[in-house]
Amino acid sequence: MSESDIKDTPEQAEFRQHCRDWLSDNTPDEPSFRLPISALEIMTEEQLKYLKDWQKSAYEAGLVGCDYPIEYGGGGRSNCQRIANEEMHRAKTPYMPNIIGLGMAAPTLLHHGQEELKRHLLPRLLSGEDIWCQGFSEPGSGSDLASVQTFAKRDGDAWIINGHKIWTSLAHFAAWMIILLRTDKTEKHGGLSYFVVPISSALNKGVTVKPLIKMTGETGFNEVLFEDLPVNDGLRLGGLGQGWQVATTTLLHERDAGELVTPRSGGMKNAASHNADTTNLIDLARKTQYNGKPAVQDPLLRDRIMQQLIRETGLQENQRRARVPALLDHPARLQLQNKLLRSEIAQETAALALEVAGASASLYLGDENAPAGGQWPLAYMSTYGNTIAAGTSEVQRNILGERVLSLAKSK
Amino acid sequence: MAQPDDYGFSEEAALLKDSARKFFKSNFPTDKLQKMVADNPDSARVQESNWDKALWQQLLELGWTLIAVPESADGLGLPAVAVAGLVEEAGRAAFPCPLMATLNTTYVLAACGESANTALREIADGTTATLALTNRAGSWQPEDTEVSAAEGKLNGTAYFVQDARKVDKFLVCARKGTAHSLYWVATNAPGITVHADAIVDLTRDQAHVDFVNVDAEEVCDDGLKALEQAFPAICTMLAADVIGAAEWQLQTTAEYARTRTQFDRPIGFFQAVKHPLVDVMIKIDEAKSLVYNAACAFDHEPQRAAEYAHMAKASASETASFASSRSVQFHGGIGYTWECFVQLYFKRQKHSQMLWGDAAWHRARLADIVLGEVG
Repeated sequence: MSESDIKDTPEQAEFRQHCRDWLSDNTPDEPSFRLPISALEIMTEEQLKYLKDWQKSAYEAGLVGCDYPIEYGGGGRSNCQRIANEEMHRAKTPYMPNIIGLGMAAPTLLHHGQEELKRHLLPRLLSGEDIWCQGFSEPGSGSDLASVQTFAKRDGDAWIINGHKIWTSLAHFAAWMIILLRTDKTEKHGGLSYFVVPISSALNKGVTVKPLIKMTGETGFNEVLFEDLPVNDGLRLGGLGQGWQVATTTLLHERDAGELVTPRSGGMKNAASHNADTTNLIDLARKTQYNGKPAVQDPLLRDRIMQQLIRETGLQENQRRARVPALLDHPARLQLQNKLLRSEIAQETAALALEVAGASASLYLGDENAPAGGQWPLAYMSTYGNTIAAGTSEVQRNILGERVLSLAKSK
Repeated sequence: MAQPDDYGFSEEAALLKDSARKFFKSNFPTDKLQKMVADNPDSARVQESNWDKALWQQLLELGWTLIAVPESADGLGLPAVAVAGLVEEAGRAAFPCPLMATLNTTYVLAACGESANTALREIADGTTATLALTNRAGSWQPEDTEVSAAEGKLNGTAYFVQDARKVDKFLVCARKGTAHSLYWVATNAPGITVHADAIVDLTRDQAHVDFVNVDAEEVCDDGLKALEQAFPAICTMLAADVIGAAEWQLQTTAEYARTRTQFDRPIGFFQAVKHPLVDVMIKIDEAKSLVYNAACAFDHEPQRAAEYAHMAKASASETASFASSRSVQFHGGIGYTWECFVQLYFKRQKHSQMLWGDAAWHRARLADIVLGEVG
């Protein structure tokens, strides 16, 4: 709500107009069924089809992958994805289903993939035809990611994969997985290599996907088991033993710290997709009675709502300032904070919403008296996915302290 | 009006910021500051106002006090983001001088219209000035002033007047009948007595100023309007000073955490030190981003300037407090001594935290704008 009105370059202004024109005719209606809070909890084929249709039409209109080169299915523009994202958000479109593909696999492929692989995989990824998932974490390798044990054994021109990946969002719909594998057991970081591997075409032929249930009651993430899955060496990204460096590209983008802006939409505000932001918090506080008057009039709650608004605006302005080199103290300092702050601010905003709701915060999805359809408790619990996944907040603080402040490494 | 994406932070602004940083670094290292202002630890000493007037003279010659003066009054008329860049660097050096006071006065005069042009020209010629409008209770709302004007004479007392002993002129807000006017008067005019306050901060001076039948020139007959228009710039510039000083605190403390060894490791290895230091950095960055947004809004999006300035100063006040607290704590025993430089910034930041409104005060004003006032 406090996003500054910011001037565009001529190219951006023209593109923004294109987005607005297209979106005014092509923003899909809300579906008759419930959509989950984000793409990471898609459960049914019906949800998936609706969202895939949306991504495909947005892609064909040039709103997805606009900053990617034309030869890989992109729009060949520069600094326009942010414009498309803003306009899709404004138009309250649904979100993109292929979020792992767009946010992580695509930039990694672009930076490290072989030419043929890029031409083959990127267009289908950007259009949403192929859903992607990410195979990094394992039961024994969470924060200490470089300790992964899933092993690829050389077999002529191919590799045979055995192991166990976990917390794998969207694996149950995925055609492809980006995966961090151990190709050498004698070295920790230097023993890692990075591949893309087929999932849906290999189900029951070396790949098993087993769903996990989240504390919210939703599913969406999985365990993925590999048993003697053969993979061609042509599916490797980067050199043998260079997996950690390639994974760094993925992680930077996953944490909103990469060079490429991830295509994002999802301003659609139906009862079932509720952003934990201050716009929704203030809306709740206006509607809720607190000590006999609207919560928005309570001085203590006003102060805490403003604390959240200031933090949220500060994060938006960080992203803007990151584009002004003269106002930066260190090249990666702001980018490396994005994921940490986005998740923690949302968590605190949702926690505050539960306090504003008071006793009604006890009511969950499906209760007709629940404020906002019970979305706030769901949103609050969901934020823990974000403060834990993609490097916990604790790991993020280690990274910031070590890379930006040059403090001694905590390992 | 729209804000430029890069805040309108031009090459010229970047050059000014960079040269200010180099100027303070080579001419005013922290040991010089310590020697100048912390020579005498006796808290019962006569209040001093020690500052480097020769260096200030150089700063005047560089034209840094007239950057906010409009071109129509012979100033440089630089945008607020460029001014904020300079102030951030002055804050990093904790340089005792009337720069901030003069800039604040400039913004108020510039909001007065034609009638203040002569005063603005004086600033363009090197005159320094400060605002006198706060009451005994420390209200930041100028309608609470305890100075009144009748028949061209000022009477009453202004409190919490910043750098009062370093400046040439006061810009006084005085009640005149049912309205409030602004008056421009020399600090040594007959009937004025400046009483130095005993303050914690060693890098500033502050005073309460008595006015007894003082002849003063009225420069604005709608003082509250001019002050309201200038207030976002005043808060934003103070917030810019805070983030500069906080960055000094962060870098100095990080350096200590890299070199001080305990349990056979540099203390920055320990997450009980590392993570809060990262949180200080995060807090500084939030405040800094909000400062440049607020400064940009002042020129390009005036209808939201107050809202964004409240955000910037609320964030900066918290930054001042948190960075100060961690800088002393993580320096351990030495951080608690008079000889350690962190005490200078600790005290400056605690002063800045409250000056022109603390975090809760600014959030309350922000809430009135965003949520509507409570009836």
